[in-house]
Amino acid sequence: MSGLVRRLGFGGTLCLALIVTFALLALFAPWLAPYPDQGMGTPNVIAKLKPPSATFWLGTDHLGRDGLSRVIFGARVSMSAGLLIVAFSLLIGLPVGLLAGYFGGWADEALMRVTDVFLAFPALLLAVLLAAALGPGLLNSIVAVAVTWWPWYARMARAEVLVLRGQPYVEAASVMGVSQGRIVIRHILPAAARPLLVQAALDVGPALLTASSLSFLGLGVLPPTADWGKMVDEGRKFFPDRWWVSAAPGIAIFLLALAFSVLGDALRDREGGKRP
Amino acid sequence: MDLVRYTLRRVLLSAFVVVGVTFLVFVVAQVVPSDPAALYAGPRPTAEQIAKARVTLDLDAPLPQRFVRFATAMGTGDFGVSYKSRRLISQDLAVYLPATLELAIFSTLLALLLGIPTGVIAAARRGSWLDRLGSLGSILSVAMPTFFFAMLLQLIFSQWLGLLPLSGRLSQQISIADPLPFVTGFNLIDALMAARPAVFLDALSHLILPALTLAAYPAGIAMRLTRSAMIEILARRHIVAARALGLSAPRILFGHALPNAVGPALTVIGLSFAYALTGAVLVEIIFAWPGLGRYVSEAILSKDFPVIAAATLVVTLCYVVMNLVIDLTQTLVDPRVALT
Amino acid sequence: MTLLDIQGLSVTIPSPAGPVQAVRRIDLNIAKGEIHGLIGESGCGKTMTGMALLGLAPAGAQVAARVFQFDGIDLAKSADALRGRRIALISQDPAAALNPVLTIGRQMDDVLRTHTLQPKADRTAAAVALLAATGLPDAAKLLKRYPHQLSGGMQQRVVIAQALATGADFLIADEPTTALDVTVGAQVLALLRQLVADRGLTVLMITHDMDVVAAVCDRATVLYAGLSVETGPASAILTRPRHPYTAALLAALPDAAPHGQRLAAIDGQVPASTKPISGCAFSPRCPAAMTLCHTVPPPARVRGDHRWACHVAEDAP
Repeated sequence: MSGLVRRLGFGGTLCLALIVTFALLALFAPWLAPYPDQGMGTPNVIAKLKPPSATFWLGTDHLGRDGLSRVIFGARVSMSAGLLIVAFSLLIGLPVGLLAGYFGGWADEALMRVTDVFLAFPALLLAVLLAAALGPGLLNSIVAVAVTWWPWYARMARAEVLVLRGQPYVEAASVMGVSQGRIVIRHILPAAARPLLVQAALDVGPALLTASSLSFLGLGVLPPTADWGKMVDEGRKFFPDRWWVSAAPGIAIFLLALAFSVLGDALRDREGGKRP
Repeated sequence: MDLVRYTLRRVLLSAFVVVGVTFLVFVVAQVVPSDPAALYAGPRPTAEQIAKARVTLDLDAPLPQRFVRFATAMGTGDFGVSYKSRRLISQDLAVYLPATLELAIFSTLLALLLGIPTGVIAAARRGSWLDRLGSLGSILSVAMPTFFFAMLLQLIFSQWLGLLPLSGRLSQQISIADPLPFVTGFNLIDALMAARPAVFLDALSHLILPALTLAAYPAGIAMRLTRSAMIEILARRHIVAARALGLSAPRILFGHALPNAVGPALTVIGLSFAYALTGAVLVEIIFAWPGLGRYVSEAILSKDFPVIAAATLVVTLCYVVMNLVIDLTQTLVDPRVALT
Repeated sequence: MTLLDIQGLSVTIPSPAGPVQAVRRIDLNIAKGEIHGLIGESGCGKTMTGMALLGLAPAGAQVAARVFQFDGIDLAKSADALRGRRIALISQDPAAALNPVLTIGRQMDDVLRTHTLQPKADRTAAAVALLAATGLPDAAKLLKRYPHQLSGGMQQRVVIAQALATGADFLIADEPTTALDVTVGAQVLALLRQLVADRGLTVLMITHDMDVVAAVCDRATVLYAGLSVETGPASAILTRPRHPYTAALLAALPDAAPHGQRLAAIDGQVPASTKPISGCAFSPRCPAAMTLCHTVPPPARVRGDHRWACHVAEDAP
């Protein structure tokens, strides 16, 4: 435990603990939520818009559902959205950037121009357009964000490869007749992937923020699934008089995004310190 | 000479990007949705209505031909008709775009005004309370969801303190009883041109909260970028030389070091502007700001694709032009860029 | 008449590896109107001595001296007030010393505005006159130029004009020719010599280059490991060095060895600036060192206006 604190710093460890807590809540939501059926969407109209109390720690929403249970179930959506967006983006961006950077030429030129086009959009806007075209639904919104996200990774991977390609050990392997595919997979991929993974860790926060923004706009999960962005939007009609409806999920998004971003910073500092 | 070549190259690249952006918008808005004709034909359409809509929308033509028509129409400002309201989209844009630009420009200025001086002072006094407060603020602002932050500001400044209006762009007694003549569409400018200071102040008070919402995150970035750039610059030899020549500390800081930080500052302008344009979609709903963002978000709910496409395209064009201007300004401000 | 009188100057800089003795004990005595060379290898404390005179030692550094006087004024208290008014710096590497994004005119004007109350038009005229005085042609046109549009020699002249613009009568020239071509460097040195004669200036010429000393200096002080080891008329230092280190420096000059022979090099390394020195600082590298040299600090020896600190060299070789 003390080793972990030493490596990540106090803030980083605290944030890791917070992320683990949210992850556990998400995984075991049906057992941990006080009212699992309400967490999953069953209305409870006799207790509409109740303020926080001993029975409902975070109050209830416009359908009388327990805020805490909804927040706990909402962790499933935000957690998986943040991680999946980054994972999908890496899955597209890393190989594309790797190949473009290694082989250069027209493939590289084409990639750069394509990423130019994607990066020309103010980020959220293209995702909104795509999510609207694909229709609502969690997976669609994740895909929409990932499609706008991958060019960053492709560019980063390409830049890494351009540096690595000139390294003596890569050139030596090439001279010794190691096949190109083998060089890319054995020598370049592992070294190029490291900084990208650190960046990906840093990006989980912004990714889940973007996903919750789409959800806030009505482009995320379908009701009655609980999602933090959607819950803030639902609470807007009763804001600020019944502030708790929006406040609890809003704070949850903030905390989880903050935890990922501080942890990412800690990881990057550690990684940065290791480099020669 | 190099400057001319650089400018030409940048302009050409931007032109290519504009074509690419148009293509992407076309694909997403016209090819991806399952059946635009059904949407166009209105609620519960008959098969006949849908067939008619297919012809009107030219959906059966080959894709390249459709794209060329789409691009030509967009290029000539013919954005088509809203599926829902059946109004000309170009008319709506003329009203909503200035409102969004006013918000975006004002929030960008606010971000610079907040971020750059604090960044300079944080660099000059590393480890001071201002430095710590700034870095804490920028960490928090990264994680704060825009829409939630907007609601918090409403709660504090409007509900609790009663200092600023909750939402809208002008008070109702002005917008309904005695509206401003539409000249530029920027309320601040129109109020000045109509010589109505009370309206100007009213418009300003409505602008502050949404602009602050959009400025918080870029201000944090501006501070971090300015801080790190200034720390590097202040260690340069010409700063030591300026001190050895007896120049005063403020003159060295603002007259000699800050001009070297124009690069990062311009980068921040681009970032803030993009962030404001994007965030407008979220913020305008919350503050009932009659701009493109609200226009788009309403269009999303009714699957009004021509509106979403047109608004996305126009906003992205604003952004591309802004980036081009920033890049070219960079070469003008820093005489060395043209050489490299 | 003595303008600068320093005795026992030390500069200690805190560092993670313990305090660094950048300057251990330096005596420096400069008369009005003289060009005084401050000679040594890199890391001997010559630039730090200049910075201490300007009151620009790094943050946290401790500057101490028994005597630290400029024209009768205590530098320990007044360095900030004298900097840029009576004492000015001509930096090493003019390309780095000029602000890349400001015009020459703006950079000249900033100095003049700090030191005079003249209106803008007069300041512009003064800037043109000063640039012309440093031998720059078309001085009026230069005001609109940026540093990167000038050659290195021209940049160095601008830096000198800036120093003159402060109205200072004592210039610290930190390796002013190192970044320049040999011929351009010679011209800059000639300019400095002429300015000293015309304007009654005094110059501390920080250099590692014996040729510079030979070209312009009236007197010189040799530094080793933060200590002043020998001081005297430049001609005496160059032709009859008393301290073995000075002699070794001269022997290491490319021209010193007859053609085809191996260049003399000084074996060993300068002692670490974090460690105390026992005996003579040069003793580990000195060819003439005796047992005594390693343990007992060398005595000060005086002959006329030539001083040195050495156990071995009692008198002229």
